[in-house]
Amino acid sequence: MQVVHYLNQFFGGLGGEEVADAPPEVRDGAVGPGRLLERVLGQDSQIVKTVICGDNYAAENPDVLKAFVLKEVSACKADLFVAGPCFEAGRYGAVSGALCVDVGTEIGIPAVTGMALENPGVDLYRQKLYIVDSGESVSAMEATLTKMTAVAAKLAAGQEMGSPTEDNYIPRGILRDGFVDKSAAERMVEMLYAKTQGQAFQSELTVTTFPSVPAPAPVIDMTKARVAIVTDGGLVPQGNPDNIAHTAATTWGSYDISKASDLHGEDYEVAHRGYDTRYVCQDPDRLVPVDVMRDLENEGVIGKVHEEFISTSGLANPLANSRRLGQEIAQKLKDSGVDAVVLTSA
Amino acid sequence: MCQVTSVVPIAKMVGSNRIVQGTGIVHVLGDANLPPEEEKALRRKTVLQAIEALKTEAPGK
Repeated sequence: MQVVHYLNQFFGGLGGEEVADAPPEVRDGAVGPGRLLERVLGQDSQIVKTVICGDNYAAENPDVLKAFVLKEVSACKADLFVAGPCFEAGRYGAVSGALCVDVGTEIGIPAVTGMALENPGVDLYRQKLYIVDSGESVSAMEATLTKMTAVAAKLAAGQEMGSPTEDNYIPRGILRDGFVDKSAAERMVEMLYAKTQGQAFQSELTVTTFPSVPAPAPVIDMTKARVAIVTDGGLVPQGNPDNIAHTAATTWGSYDISKASDLHGEDYEVAHRGYDTRYVCQDPDRLVPVDVMRDLENEGVIGKVHEEFISTSGLANPLANSRRLGQEIAQKLKDSGVDAVVLTSA
Repeated sequence: MCQVTSVVPIAKMVGSNRIVQGTGIVHVLGDANLPPEEEKALRRKTVLQAIEALKTEAPGK
């Protein structure tokens, strides 16, 4: 197999953060971990090109990098594209995931990457790609490359991929029909029996886990604080100017309340299909409490009500999407000098 | 940030650090069964709780 390998500036040997803005460059043959990858791949395969790019450049100029990589991969008629492994490096992981998707969809050859479960690239791309769990430690380089090679070989041979545990990739959230010997009731009773006996058993459902969030420090003086109201209950001005979707919203909006001391139902509507919105439509202060907040501002209990409230619809949203919305909203609030937020949820 | 919600278990599950109990999913800051003045008083009480929470040290791992 002819292989093209993608590395960031660090693994590509250019340097650390000080060269994170390095534009993409291409080298003949294997570089850094690519040499190990080549050995793991075996005699019939060789890394023909290695593309190296700084993480910041890659994150800020995704289209330039994408075009660069696609051109190199097509030019050498590669059979396989490998990116990383990226371990915990977030920008590297996100970029590697994106490149694998691009190469897969636009050139149609197998593309494989590896990264730690916590890497944001996993959330973004695990549904579209086979990503090998590299763990956090770079010392697992050889083991990770071995797993990535096995996945790549299966993909290249057009073989059907087994389950995530069988073939060592991060679950993609795909359900596949299969034959089982025992009914759900029998399996459940067996699990329960094992549990009561203190024996090991394998649940058939994975429970979503949420990483703990560090608590922001208390606001020392609320009488000087700029306080913003944010809601996931979907309140928007009449006409829904930002077209926030009623279900699985991908956007949020920021709406002026600088002159309002009370919200009126006729000026607003609700973009949310998950609850009975009549009561909020009657009186939007029930979701976005501008009346009370304005009173508290006038009384000096809080410093200032932020001039805009922010709204989105928190219904049936994939987690990766919710996280992005949250990060964007937090950034906007930070940039506006907001000190504290009251988030109201339907 | 302080989250005002009527479904506290979900807020806890996702790791919200400061949570205030609201009055209902359909009117988290109000109560359609109350006369307007009492309803606003209830809303004020809930918002003041949120402000108190914002001033308070919160557990966070």
